[in-house]
Amino acid sequence: MKRIAMGWVALVIAGLIAPFLVYPVFVMKVLCFALFACAFNLLLGYTGLLSFGHAAFLGSAGYIAGHTIKVLGFPPELGILAGTATAAVLGYVFGSLAIRRSGIYFAMITLALAQMVFFLALQMPFTGGEDGLQGVPRGMLFGVIDLRETMNMYYFVFAVFMIGFWIIYRAVHSPFGQVLKAIRENEPRAISLGYAVDKYKLLAFVLSAALSGLAGATKTLVFQLASLTDVHWHMSGEVVLMTLLGGMGTVFGPVVGAAVVMTLQNYGAEIGEWVTVLTGAIFVVCVLAFRRGIVGELAALFPVRKP
Amino acid sequence: MESSGDYILETRNLTKEFKGFVAVSDVNLRVKRGTIHALIGPNGAGKTTVFNLLTRFLPVTGGAIFYRGHDITHEKPAQVARRGIVRSFQISAVFPHLTVLENVRIALQRRLGTSFHFWKSERTLEVLNDQAHELLEAVGLREFADYVTVELPYGRKRALEIATTLAMDPELMLLDEPTQGMGHEDVDRVKELIKKVAANRTVLMVEHNMHVVSDISDVITVLARGSVLAEGSYGEVSGRPEVIEAYLGTAHA
Repeated sequence: MKRIAMGWVALVIAGLIAPFLVYPVFVMKVLCFALFACAFNLLLGYTGLLSFGHAAFLGSAGYIAGHTIKVLGFPPELGILAGTATAAVLGYVFGSLAIRRSGIYFAMITLALAQMVFFLALQMPFTGGEDGLQGVPRGMLFGVIDLRETMNMYYFVFAVFMIGFWIIYRAVHSPFGQVLKAIRENEPRAISLGYAVDKYKLLAFVLSAALSGLAGATKTLVFQLASLTDVHWHMSGEVVLMTLLGGMGTVFGPVVGAAVVMTLQNYGAEIGEWVTVLTGAIFVVCVLAFRRGIVGELAALFPVRKP
Repeated sequence: MESSGDYILETRNLTKEFKGFVAVSDVNLRVKRGTIHALIGPNGAGKTTVFNLLTRFLPVTGGAIFYRGHDITHEKPAQVARRGIVRSFQISAVFPHLTVLENVRIALQRRLGTSFHFWKSERTLEVLNDQAHELLEAVGLREFADYVTVELPYGRKRALEIATTLAMDPELMLLDEPTQGMGHEDVDRVKELIKKVAANRTVLMVEHNMHVVSDISDVITVLARGSVLAEGSYGEVSGRPEVIEAYLGTAHA
Protein backbone atom coordinates (compact mmCIF):
# COMPACT_ATOMS: atom_id res chain seq x y z
CA MET A 1 0.00 0.00 0.00
CA LYS A 2 2.82 2.39 0.89
CA ARG A 3 4.48 1.68 -2.41
CA ILE A 4 1.32 2.72 -4.26
CA ALA A 5 1.22 5.97 -2.27
CA MET A 6 4.84 6.66 -3.23
CA GLY A 7 3.94 6.02 -6.84
CA TRP A 8 1.13 8.56 -6.67
CA VAL A 9 3.38 11.21 -5.14
CA ALA A 10 6.06 10.58 -7.76
CA LEU A 11 3.47 10.76 -10.53
CA VAL A 12 2.04 14.08 -9.33
CA ILE A 13 5.47 15.66 -8.88
CA ALA A 14 6.67 14.42 -12.24
CA GLY A 15 3.50 15.69 -13.89
CA LEU A 16 3.80 19.12 -12.30
CA ILE A 17 7.43 19.77 -13.22
CA ALA A 18 7.65 17.87 -16.51
CA PRO A 19 6.70 20.78 -18.80
CA PHE A 20 9.67 22.79 -17.45
CA LEU A 21 12.08 20.01 -18.31
CA VAL A 22 10.67 18.55 -21.50
CA TYR A 23 8.84 20.00 -24.48
CA PRO A 24 5.28 20.42 -23.05
CA VAL A 25 3.43 19.23 -26.17
CA PHE A 26 5.40 16.02 -26.02
CA VAL A 27 4.47 15.50 -22.36
CA MET A 28 0.82 16.12 -23.24
CA LYS A 29 1.05 13.47 -25.92
CA VAL A 30 2.56 11.05 -23.43
CA LEU A 31 -0.20 11.80 -20.93
CA CYS A 32 -2.93 11.14 -23.51
CA PHE A 33 -1.39 7.83 -24.50
CA ALA A 34 -0.73 6.94 -20.86
CA LEU A 35 -4.41 7.40 -20.09
CA PHE A 36 -5.29 5.36 -23.17
CA ALA A 37 -2.98 2.53 -22.06
CA CYS A 38 -4.32 2.62 -18.49
CA ALA A 39 -7.88 2.35 -19.80
CA PHE A 40 -6.80 -0.57 -21.96
CA ASN A 41 -5.09 -2.18 -18.97
CA LEU A 42 -8.36 -2.13 -17.04
CA LEU A 43 -9.59 -4.66 -19.57
CA LEU A 44 -6.43 -6.64 -20.31
CA GLY A 45 -4.68 -6.54 -16.97
CA TYR A 46 -7.61 -6.66 -14.58
CA THR A 47 -10.34 -8.49 -16.47
CA GLY A 48 -8.21 -10.68 -18.71
CA LEU A 49 -9.81 -9.52 -21.97
CA LEU A 50 -7.57 -8.72 -24.94
CA SER A 51 -9.26 -6.18 -27.17
CA PHE A 52 -7.69 -5.51 -30.52
CA GLY A 53 -9.97 -2.67 -31.45
CA HIS A 54 -9.31 0.04 -28.92
CA ALA A 55 -8.20 2.51 -31.59
CA ALA A 56 -11.87 2.83 -32.51
CA PHE A 57 -12.62 4.44 -29.14
CA LEU A 58 -9.56 6.69 -29.13
CA GLY A 59 -10.13 7.81 -32.70
CA SER A 60 -13.90 8.22 -32.83
CA ALA A 61 -13.90 10.25 -29.62
CA GLY A 62 -11.25 12.44 -31.23
CA TYR A 63 -13.40 13.02 -34.31
CA ILE A 64 -16.55 13.75 -32.30
CA ALA A 65 -14.70 16.15 -30.00
CA GLY A 66 -13.09 17.86 -32.99
CA HIS A 67 -16.35 18.14 -34.90
CA THR A 68 -18.46 19.39 -31.99
CA ILE A 69 -15.86 22.01 -31.07
CA LYS A 70 -14.94 23.16 -34.56
CA VAL A 71 -18.27 22.97 -36.38
CA LEU A 72 -20.90 23.07 -33.66
CA GLY A 73 -18.99 25.55 -31.52
CA PHE A 74 -18.95 23.47 -28.33
CA PRO A 75 -16.68 24.73 -25.53
CA PRO A 76 -13.69 22.41 -25.04
CA GLU A 77 -15.02 20.70 -21.90
CA LEU A 78 -18.31 19.81 -23.61
CA GLY A 79 -16.53 18.66 -26.76
CA ILE A 80 -14.41 16.29 -24.69
CA LEU A 81 -17.50 15.02 -22.88
CA ALA A 82 -19.25 14.43 -26.21
CA GLY A 83 -16.26 12.45 -27.46
CA THR A 84 -16.11 10.41 -24.26
CA ALA A 85 -19.83 9.66 -24.39
CA THR A 86 -19.54 8.53 -28.00
CA ALA A 87 -16.74 6.15 -27.09
CA ALA A 88 -18.84 4.80 -24.21
CA VAL A 89 -21.79 4.08 -26.51
CA LEU A 90 -19.51 2.51 -29.09
CA GLY A 91 -17.93 0.48 -26.27
CA TYR A 92 -21.36 -0.77 -25.28
CA VAL A 93 -22.03 -1.95 -28.83
CA PHE A 94 -18.58 -3.55 -29.27
CA GLY A 95 -18.70 -5.08 -25.81
CA SER A 96 -22.17 -6.57 -26.16
CA LEU A 97 -21.07 -8.40 -29.29
CA ALA A 98 -17.54 -9.36 -28.31
CA ILE A 99 -18.04 -10.71 -24.78
CA ARG A 100 -20.08 -13.58 -26.17
CA ARG A 101 -16.76 -15.10 -27.17
CA SER A 102 -13.43 -15.36 -25.42
CA GLY A 103 -9.73 -15.46 -26.24
CA ILE A 104 -8.72 -15.04 -29.85
CA TYR A 105 -12.35 -14.79 -31.01
CA PHE A 106 -12.95 -11.91 -28.67
CA ALA A 107 -9.88 -10.14 -30.06
CA MET A 108 -10.95 -10.79 -33.65
CA ILE A 109 -14.47 -9.46 -33.14
CA THR A 110 -13.11 -6.25 -31.63
CA LEU A 111 -10.64 -5.95 -34.52
CA ALA A 112 -13.36 -6.45 -37.13
CA LEU A 113 -15.64 -3.87 -35.53
CA ALA A 114 -12.76 -1.40 -35.26
CA GLN A 115 -12.01 -1.87 -38.96
CA MET A 116 -15.60 -0.92 -39.67
CA VAL A 117 -15.12 2.25 -37.66
CA PHE A 118 -11.92 2.95 -39.60
CA PHE A 119 -13.78 2.58 -42.88
CA LEU A 120 -16.51 4.95 -41.70
CA ALA A 121 -13.88 7.48 -40.61
CA LEU A 122 -12.31 7.26 -44.05
CA GLN A 123 -15.61 7.70 -45.89
CA MET A 124 -17.70 10.10 -43.85
CA PRO A 125 -17.42 13.71 -44.99
CA PHE A 126 -17.09 15.33 -41.54
CA THR A 127 -13.87 13.51 -40.70
CA GLY A 128 -11.95 14.97 -43.62
CA GLY A 129 -10.90 11.49 -44.76
CA GLU A 130 -7.19 11.26 -45.53
CA ASP A 131 -6.63 14.90 -44.56
CA GLY A 132 -8.14 14.52 -41.13
CA LEU A 133 -10.16 17.04 -39.20
CA GLN A 134 -7.84 20.02 -38.96
CA GLY A 135 -7.80 23.37 -37.22
CA VAL A 136 -9.81 22.48 -34.12
CA PRO A 137 -9.70 25.59 -31.91
CA ARG A 138 -8.63 24.98 -28.33
CA GLY A 139 -10.92 27.70 -27.04
CA MET A 140 -11.61 28.81 -23.51
CA LEU A 141 -12.00 26.17 -20.80
CA PHE A 142 -15.18 26.87 -18.78
CA GLY A 143 -15.18 30.21 -20.59
CA VAL A 144 -12.30 31.55 -18.50
CA ILE A 145 -9.07 29.63 -19.06
CA ASP A 146 -7.38 30.30 -22.38
CA LEU A 147 -6.19 26.95 -23.65
CA ARG A 148 -4.16 28.55 -26.44
CA GLU A 149 -1.58 29.18 -23.74
CA THR A 150 0.60 26.06 -23.77
CA MET A 151 0.98 25.91 -20.00
CA ASN A 152 -2.78 26.24 -19.42
CA MET A 153 -3.35 23.49 -21.93
CA TYR A 154 -0.71 21.38 -20.27
CA TYR A 155 -2.16 21.57 -16.78
CA PHE A 156 -5.61 20.93 -18.15
CA VAL A 157 -4.36 17.75 -19.87
CA PHE A 158 -2.57 16.76 -16.69
CA ALA A 159 -5.79 17.27 -14.70
CA VAL A 160 -7.77 15.16 -17.21
CA PHE A 161 -5.14 12.46 -16.99
CA MET A 162 -5.17 12.44 -13.20
CA ILE A 163 -8.98 12.23 -13.11
CA GLY A 164 -9.01 9.37 -15.61
CA PHE A 165 -6.16 7.62 -13.84
CA TRP A 166 -7.92 7.99 -10.51
CA ILE A 167 -11.16 6.56 -11.91
CA ILE A 168 -9.27 3.52 -13.18
CA TYR A 169 -7.40 3.14 -9.91
CA ARG A 170 -10.64 3.34 -7.99
CA ALA A 171 -12.42 0.88 -10.27
CA VAL A 172 -9.59 -1.61 -9.88
CA HIS A 173 -9.70 -1.25 -6.10
CA SER A 174 -13.47 -1.39 -5.71
CA PRO A 175 -15.97 -4.17 -5.01
CA PHE A 176 -16.45 -4.26 -8.78
CA GLY A 177 -12.69 -4.54 -9.30
CA GLN A 178 -12.61 -7.54 -6.96
CA VAL A 179 -15.13 -9.33 -9.13
CA LEU A 180 -13.16 -8.43 -12.27
CA LYS A 181 -10.02 -9.95 -10.77
CA ALA A 182 -11.98 -13.04 -9.80
CA ILE A 183 -13.17 -13.40 -13.40
CA ARG A 184 -9.63 -12.95 -14.67
CA GLU A 185 -8.32 -15.56 -12.24
CA ASN A 186 -10.99 -18.22 -12.64
CA GLU A 187 -14.09 -17.50 -14.64
CA PRO A 188 -16.00 -20.77 -14.04
CA ARG A 189 -15.48 -20.36 -10.32
CA ALA A 190 -16.79 -16.79 -10.43
CA ILE A 191 -19.90 -18.11 -12.20
CA SER A 192 -20.32 -20.85 -9.62
CA LEU A 193 -20.31 -18.16 -6.93
CA GLY A 194 -23.34 -16.60 -8.58
CA TYR A 195 -21.77 -13.84 -10.64
CA ALA A 196 -23.29 -13.19 -14.06
CA VAL A 197 -19.82 -12.58 -15.47
CA ASP A 198 -20.93 -11.16 -18.83
CA LYS A 199 -22.48 -8.15 -17.15
CA TYR A 200 -19.26 -7.41 -15.29
CA LYS A 201 -17.20 -7.79 -18.44
CA LEU A 202 -19.52 -5.47 -20.30
CA LEU A 203 -19.28 -2.76 -17.66
CA ALA A 204 -15.49 -3.09 -17.67
CA PHE A 205 -15.50 -2.81 -21.45
CA VAL A 206 -17.67 0.31 -21.44
CA LEU A 207 -15.51 1.97 -18.75
CA SER A 208 -12.38 1.13 -20.69
CA ALA A 209 -13.84 2.44 -23.94
CA ALA A 210 -15.11 5.66 -22.33
CA LEU A 211 -11.72 6.43 -20.76
CA SER A 212 -9.96 5.64 -24.03
CA GLY A 213 -12.35 8.13 -25.57
CA LEU A 214 -11.46 10.69 -22.93
CA ALA A 215 -7.83 10.26 -23.93
CA GLY A 216 -8.62 10.55 -27.65
CA ALA A 217 -10.81 13.64 -27.27
CA THR A 218 -8.17 15.38 -25.15
CA LYS A 219 -5.50 14.49 -27.67
CA THR A 220 -7.55 16.14 -30.43
CA LEU A 221 -7.60 19.34 -28.44
CA VAL A 222 -3.85 19.21 -27.84
CA PHE A 223 -2.95 18.78 -31.50
CA GLN A 224 -6.02 20.61 -32.81
CA LEU A 225 -6.37 17.67 -35.15
CA ALA A 226 -8.21 14.36 -35.41
CA SER A 227 -6.75 11.99 -37.97
CA LEU A 228 -6.98 8.45 -39.32
CA THR A 229 -3.84 7.45 -37.39
CA ASP A 230 -5.88 7.24 -34.21
CA VAL A 231 -8.51 4.88 -35.64
CA HIS A 232 -6.01 2.75 -37.53
CA TRP A 233 -5.37 -0.79 -36.27
CA HIS A 234 -1.72 0.14 -35.73
CA MET A 235 -2.95 2.16 -32.81
CA SER A 236 -4.81 -0.86 -31.37
CA GLY A 237 -1.52 -2.76 -31.55
CA GLU A 238 0.49 0.07 -30.08
CA VAL A 239 -1.61 0.20 -26.94
CA VAL A 240 -1.06 -3.54 -26.42
CA LEU A 241 2.67 -2.87 -26.75
CA MET A 242 2.62 0.00 -24.24
CA THR A 243 0.65 -2.02 -21.71
CA LEU A 244 2.79 -5.14 -21.97
CA LEU A 245 6.04 -3.18 -21.98
CA GLY A 246 5.10 -1.24 -18.86
CA GLY A 247 3.50 -4.18 -17.10
CA MET A 248 -0.09 -5.32 -17.51
CA GLY A 249 -2.14 -5.64 -14.38
CA THR A 250 0.01 -3.06 -12.60
CA VAL A 251 -1.28 0.38 -11.68
CA PHE A 252 1.61 2.42 -13.07
CA GLY A 253 2.90 0.07 -15.76
CA PRO A 254 0.90 1.46 -18.69
CA VAL A 255 2.04 5.00 -17.84
CA VAL A 256 5.67 3.91 -17.98
CA GLY A 257 5.03 1.86 -21.12
CA ALA A 258 3.39 4.80 -22.89
CA ALA A 259 6.27 7.09 -21.92
CA VAL A 260 8.87 4.63 -23.21
CA VAL A 261 7.11 3.98 -26.52
CA MET A 262 6.44 7.67 -27.13
CA THR A 263 10.02 8.63 -26.27
CA LEU A 264 11.33 6.02 -28.66
CA GLN A 265 9.07 7.23 -31.43
CA ASN A 266 9.79 10.88 -30.82
CA TYR A 267 13.50 10.91 -30.21
CA GLY A 268 14.15 7.88 -32.33
CA ALA A 269 12.61 9.60 -35.32
CA GLU A 270 16.10 10.57 -36.48
CA ILE A 271 16.78 7.00 -37.43
CA GLY A 272 13.68 7.05 -39.59
CA GLU A 273 11.67 3.91 -40.27
CA TRP A 274 14.14 1.89 -38.23
CA VAL A 275 12.41 3.05 -35.10
CA THR A 276 9.67 0.50 -35.85
CA VAL A 277 12.28 -2.24 -35.90
CA LEU A 278 13.75 -0.95 -32.65
CA THR A 279 10.35 -0.87 -30.91
CA GLY A 280 9.64 -4.35 -32.26
CA ALA A 281 12.96 -5.65 -30.97
CA ILE A 282 12.38 -4.14 -27.52
CA PHE A 283 8.93 -5.69 -27.48
CA VAL A 284 10.27 -9.14 -28.31
CA VAL A 285 12.97 -8.89 -25.64
CA CYS A 286 10.39 -7.71 -23.15
CA VAL A 287 7.97 -10.55 -23.84
CA LEU A 288 10.74 -13.18 -23.83
CA ALA A 289 12.78 -12.00 -20.87
CA PHE A 290 10.67 -9.59 -18.79
CA ARG A 291 7.19 -10.90 -19.11
CA ARG A 292 5.88 -8.84 -16.23
CA GLY A 293 6.90 -5.62 -17.98
CA ILE A 294 9.05 -2.83 -16.58
CA VAL A 295 6.93 -2.03 -13.53
CA GLY A 296 6.01 -5.68 -12.97
CA GLU A 297 9.66 -6.73 -12.92
CA LEU A 298 10.59 -3.90 -10.57
CA ALA A 299 7.78 -4.87 -8.22
CA ALA A 300 8.99 -8.49 -8.29
CA LEU A 301 12.53 -7.34 -7.46
CA PHE A 302 11.34 -5.61 -4.31
CA PRO A 303 8.50 -7.77 -3.03
CA VAL A 304 6.24 -6.62 -0.25
CA ARG A 305 6.88 -9.00 2.65
CA LYS A 306 3.96 -11.10 3.74
CA PRO A 307 3.59 -11.97 7.42
CA MET B 1 -42.37 -21.84 -3.13
CA GLU B 2 -43.30 -25.48 -3.03
CA SER B 3 -41.53 -27.71 -0.54
CA SER B 4 -41.55 -30.96 -2.40
CA GLY B 5 -41.19 -33.19 0.57
CA ASP B 6 -37.96 -34.85 1.43
CA TYR B 7 -36.09 -34.39 -1.79
CA ILE B 8 -34.10 -31.22 -2.40
CA LEU B 9 -32.91 -32.24 -5.84
CA GLU B 10 -34.50 -34.51 -8.34
CA THR B 11 -33.70 -35.40 -11.92
CA ARG B 12 -36.11 -37.08 -14.29
CA ASN B 13 -34.66 -39.03 -17.19
CA LEU B 14 -31.69 -36.71 -17.30
CA THR B 15 -29.84 -37.26 -20.57
CA LYS B 16 -26.81 -35.73 -22.22
CA GLU B 17 -25.73 -36.58 -25.69
CA PHE B 18 -22.51 -35.34 -27.31
CA LYS B 19 -22.83 -35.76 -31.07
CA GLY B 20 -24.02 -39.34 -30.98
CA PHE B 21 -22.26 -40.32 -27.77
CA VAL B 22 -24.60 -40.67 -24.83
CA ALA B 23 -22.65 -39.55 -21.77
CA VAL B 24 -25.60 -39.54 -19.39
CA SER B 25 -28.66 -41.62 -20.08
CA ASP B 26 -32.04 -41.51 -18.30
CA VAL B 27 -30.64 -40.76 -14.89
CA ASN B 28 -33.24 -40.46 -12.14
CA LEU B 29 -31.42 -39.09 -9.17
CA ARG B 30 -33.13 -38.11 -5.95
CA VAL B 31 -31.13 -36.35 -3.28
CA LYS B 32 -32.71 -36.34 0.15
CA ARG B 33 -32.55 -33.15 2.17
CA GLY B 34 -29.91 -33.16 4.88
CA THR B 35 -27.97 -36.16 3.64
CA ILE B 36 -24.52 -36.75 2.24
CA HIS B 37 -25.12 -38.38 -1.09
CA ALA B 38 -22.17 -39.86 -2.97
CA LEU B 39 -22.01 -40.35 -6.69
CA ILE B 40 -19.50 -43.03 -7.59
CA GLY B 41 -18.53 -45.00 -10.63
CA PRO B 42 -15.58 -45.90 -12.81
CA ASN B 43 -13.80 -43.31 -14.91
CA GLY B 44 -15.94 -42.09 -17.76
CA ALA B 45 -19.18 -43.11 -16.04
CA GLY B 46 -20.52 -39.58 -16.46
CA LYS B 47 -20.24 -38.31 -12.88
CA THR B 48 -18.70 -34.97 -13.71
CA THR B 49 -21.06 -34.59 -16.65
CA VAL B 50 -23.98 -35.04 -14.26
CA PHE B 51 -22.46 -32.31 -12.08
CA ASN B 52 -22.09 -30.02 -15.05
CA LEU B 53 -25.70 -30.63 -16.00
CA LEU B 54 -26.99 -30.05 -12.48
CA THR B 55 -25.10 -26.77 -12.17
CA ARG B 56 -26.08 -25.82 -15.72
CA PHE B 57 -22.49 -25.58 -16.99
CA LEU B 58 -23.65 -27.90 -19.78
CA PRO B 59 -26.98 -27.78 -21.61
CA VAL B 60 -29.27 -30.75 -21.05
CA THR B 61 -30.38 -32.75 -24.09
CA GLY B 62 -33.21 -34.60 -22.39
CA GLY B 63 -35.12 -34.88 -19.14
CA ALA B 64 -35.54 -32.35 -16.37
CA ILE B 65 -33.93 -31.12 -13.15
CA PHE B 66 -35.94 -29.99 -10.15
CA TYR B 67 -34.49 -28.10 -7.21
CA ARG B 68 -36.87 -27.69 -4.27
CA GLY B 69 -39.68 -28.37 -6.66
CA HIS B 70 -38.61 -25.74 -9.21
CA ASP B 71 -37.76 -26.75 -12.72
CA ILE B 72 -34.22 -25.41 -13.19
CA THR B 73 -33.47 -27.36 -16.36
CA HIS B 74 -33.00 -24.23 -18.45
CA GLU B 75 -31.63 -21.74 -15.96
CA LYS B 76 -28.23 -20.07 -16.24
CA PRO B 77 -25.32 -21.32 -14.09
CA ALA B 78 -24.98 -18.10 -12.09
CA GLN B 79 -28.74 -18.13 -11.47
CA VAL B 80 -28.63 -21.70 -10.16
CA ALA B 81 -25.77 -20.70 -7.87
CA ARG B 82 -27.83 -17.85 -6.48
CA ARG B 83 -30.66 -20.30 -5.77
CA GLY B 84 -28.34 -22.14 -3.41
CA ILE B 85 -26.67 -24.90 -5.42
CA VAL B 86 -22.97 -24.25 -5.19
CA ARG B 87 -20.37 -26.50 -6.67
CA SER B 88 -16.68 -27.12 -6.36
CA PHE B 89 -14.50 -28.29 -9.22
CA GLN B 90 -12.32 -31.32 -9.83
CA ILE B 91 -9.27 -29.14 -10.28
CA SER B 92 -9.00 -26.85 -7.32
CA ALA B 93 -11.06 -23.74 -7.95
CA VAL B 94 -9.42 -20.84 -6.23
CA PHE B 95 -8.47 -17.35 -7.36
CA PRO B 96 -4.68 -17.88 -7.26
CA HIS B 97 -3.45 -14.29 -7.24
CA LEU B 98 -5.89 -12.99 -4.68
CA THR B 99 -5.22 -13.42 -0.99
CA VAL B 100 -6.85 -16.26 0.94
CA LEU B 101 -9.09 -13.76 2.68
CA GLU B 102 -10.11 -12.15 -0.61
CA ASN B 103 -11.02 -15.55 -2.02
CA VAL B 104 -13.62 -16.07 0.66
CA ARG B 105 -14.74 -12.46 0.55
CA ILE B 106 -15.57 -12.69 -3.15
CA ALA B 107 -18.24 -15.21 -2.25
CA LEU B 108 -19.55 -13.05 0.58
CA GLN B 109 -19.56 -9.70 -1.19
CA ARG B 110 -22.34 -10.41 -3.66
CA ARG B 111 -24.81 -10.17 -0.78
CA LEU B 112 -23.80 -6.55 -0.14
CA GLY B 113 -25.26 -5.68 -3.53
CA THR B 114 -22.34 -3.40 -4.36
CA SER B 115 -20.53 -5.63 -6.80
CA PHE B 116 -21.09 -3.25 -9.71
CA HIS B 117 -20.03 -0.20 -7.67
CA PHE B 118 -16.78 0.72 -9.34
CA TRP B 119 -16.70 4.10 -7.61
CA LYS B 120 -16.56 2.67 -4.10
CA SER B 121 -13.40 1.79 -2.25
CA GLU B 122 -12.69 -1.86 -1.68
CA ARG B 123 -12.39 -0.90 1.98
CA THR B 124 -16.18 -1.05 2.05
CA LEU B 125 -15.69 -4.82 1.82
CA GLU B 126 -13.87 -4.91 5.13
CA VAL B 127 -17.18 -5.27 6.97
CA LEU B 128 -17.08 -8.85 5.70
CA ASN B 129 -13.65 -9.62 7.14
CA ASP B 130 -14.91 -11.03 10.44
CA GLN B 131 -17.21 -13.42 8.69
CA ALA B 132 -14.45 -14.38 6.27
CA HIS B 133 -12.06 -15.04 9.15
CA GLU B 134 -14.66 -17.26 10.80
CA LEU B 135 -15.05 -19.31 7.65
CA LEU B 136 -11.28 -19.64 7.36
CA GLU B 137 -11.14 -20.68 10.98
CA ALA B 138 -13.67 -23.43 10.26
CA VAL B 139 -11.36 -24.98 7.68
CA GLY B 140 -8.17 -24.35 9.64
CA LEU B 141 -6.84 -21.56 7.46
CA ARG B 142 -7.12 -18.59 9.78
CA GLU B 143 -3.38 -17.96 10.01
CA PHE B 144 -3.08 -18.08 6.22
CA ALA B 145 -5.57 -15.26 5.62
CA ASP B 146 -3.02 -12.82 4.18
CA TYR B 147 -1.19 -15.30 2.00
CA VAL B 148 -1.46 -15.02 -1.74
CA THR B 149 -3.41 -18.17 -2.54
CA VAL B 150 -0.95 -19.50 -5.09
CA GLU B 151 1.53 -20.02 -2.23
CA LEU B 152 -0.72 -22.50 -0.39
CA PRO B 153 -0.06 -26.24 -0.61
CA TYR B 154 -2.62 -28.27 -2.53
CA GLY B 155 -4.58 -29.63 0.41
CA ARG B 156 -4.98 -26.14 1.85
CA LYS B 157 -6.26 -24.88 -1.47
CA ARG B 158 -8.97 -27.51 -1.40
CA ALA B 159 -9.86 -26.44 2.13
CA LEU B 160 -10.01 -22.83 0.94
CA GLU B 161 -12.31 -23.89 -1.84
CA ILE B 162 -14.65 -25.46 0.67
CA ALA B 163 -14.55 -22.30 2.79
CA THR B 164 -15.43 -20.22 -0.28
CA THR B 165 -18.27 -22.56 -1.13
CA LEU B 166 -19.52 -22.38 2.46
CA ALA B 167 -19.45 -18.60 2.27
CA MET B 168 -22.32 -18.84 -0.20
CA ASP B 169 -24.26 -20.62 2.56
CA PRO B 170 -25.53 -23.10 0.00
CA GLU B 171 -28.43 -25.38 0.74
CA LEU B 172 -26.95 -27.91 -1.58
CA MET B 173 -23.20 -28.33 -1.94
CA LEU B 174 -21.86 -30.21 -4.93
CA LEU B 175 -18.31 -31.39 -4.35
CA ASP B 176 -16.41 -32.80 -7.30
CA GLU B 177 -13.75 -35.16 -5.92
CA PRO B 178 -12.95 -33.11 -2.82
CA THR B 179 -10.07 -35.36 -1.73
CA GLN B 180 -8.50 -35.96 -5.12
CA GLY B 181 -4.73 -35.75 -5.14
CA MET B 182 -4.42 -35.42 -1.37
CA GLY B 183 -2.20 -37.14 1.14
CA HIS B 184 -3.70 -39.23 3.98
CA GLU B 185 -3.72 -36.47 6.55
CA ASP B 186 -5.41 -34.01 4.23
CA VAL B 187 -7.98 -36.61 3.21
CA ASP B 188 -9.00 -37.16 6.81
CA ARG B 189 -9.16 -33.46 7.51
CA VAL B 190 -11.33 -32.79 4.49
CA LYS B 191 -13.51 -35.78 5.32
CA GLU B 192 -14.17 -34.44 8.81
CA LEU B 193 -14.76 -31.03 7.33
CA ILE B 194 -17.40 -32.30 4.93
CA LYS B 195 -19.10 -34.14 7.75
CA LYS B 196 -19.08 -30.99 9.82
CA VAL B 197 -20.47 -28.70 7.15
CA ALA B 198 -23.10 -31.23 6.12
CA ALA B 199 -24.72 -30.87 9.55
CA ASN B 200 -27.20 -28.30 8.31
CA ARG B 201 -27.16 -28.72 4.57
CA THR B 202 -27.21 -31.31 1.83
CA VAL B 203 -24.07 -32.54 0.13
CA LEU B 204 -23.81 -34.33 -3.18
CA MET B 205 -20.29 -35.43 -3.94
CA VAL B 206 -18.36 -37.30 -6.57
CA GLU B 207 -15.65 -39.24 -4.78
CA HIS B 208 -13.20 -41.98 -5.61
CA ASN B 209 -11.81 -42.60 -2.16
CA MET B 210 -13.91 -45.49 -0.81
CA HIS B 211 -12.92 -44.83 2.79
CA VAL B 212 -14.37 -41.36 2.55
CA VAL B 213 -17.48 -42.65 0.79
CA SER B 214 -18.14 -45.49 3.24
CA ASP B 215 -17.42 -43.34 6.30
CA ILE B 216 -19.59 -40.35 5.67
CA SER B 217 -22.18 -40.91 2.97
CA ASP B 218 -25.77 -41.80 3.72
CA VAL B 219 -26.74 -42.78 0.21
CA ILE B 220 -24.60 -43.91 -2.69
CA THR B 221 -25.55 -43.88 -6.33
CA VAL B 222 -23.38 -45.93 -8.65
CA LEU B 223 -23.11 -44.72 -12.21
CA ALA B 224 -21.73 -46.83 -15.04
CA ARG B 225 -21.68 -45.84 -18.70
CA GLY B 226 -23.97 -42.92 -18.04
CA SER B 227 -26.72 -44.88 -16.30
CA VAL B 228 -27.60 -45.61 -12.69
CA LEU B 229 -26.41 -49.09 -11.82
CA ALA B 230 -27.35 -49.24 -8.17
CA GLU B 231 -28.39 -47.08 -5.26
CA GLY B 232 -28.45 -47.51 -1.51
CA SER B 233 -26.25 -47.43 1.57
CA TYR B 234 -22.62 -48.48 1.31
CA GLY B 235 -23.45 -51.90 2.71
CA GLU B 236 -26.25 -52.48 0.21
CA VAL B 237 -24.40 -51.21 -2.79
CA SER B 238 -21.01 -52.75 -2.22
CA GLY B 239 -22.48 -56.26 -2.04
CA ARG B 240 -24.17 -56.16 -5.44
CA PRO B 241 -22.40 -58.32 -8.00
CA GLU B 242 -22.98 -55.89 -10.89
CA VAL B 243 -21.39 -53.09 -8.87
CA ILE B 244 -18.43 -55.23 -7.95
CA GLU B 245 -18.01 -56.12 -11.56
CA ALA B 246 -18.32 -52.60 -12.89
CA TYR B 247 -16.46 -50.70 -10.29
CA LEU B 248 -15.38 -52.31 -7.07
CA GLY B 249 -14.13 -55.40 -8.86
CA THR B 250 -10.45 -54.71 -8.45
CA ALA B 251 -10.66 -53.37 -4.91
CA HIS B 252 -12.87 -56.15 -3.51
CA ALA B 253 -11.88 -59.11 -5.56
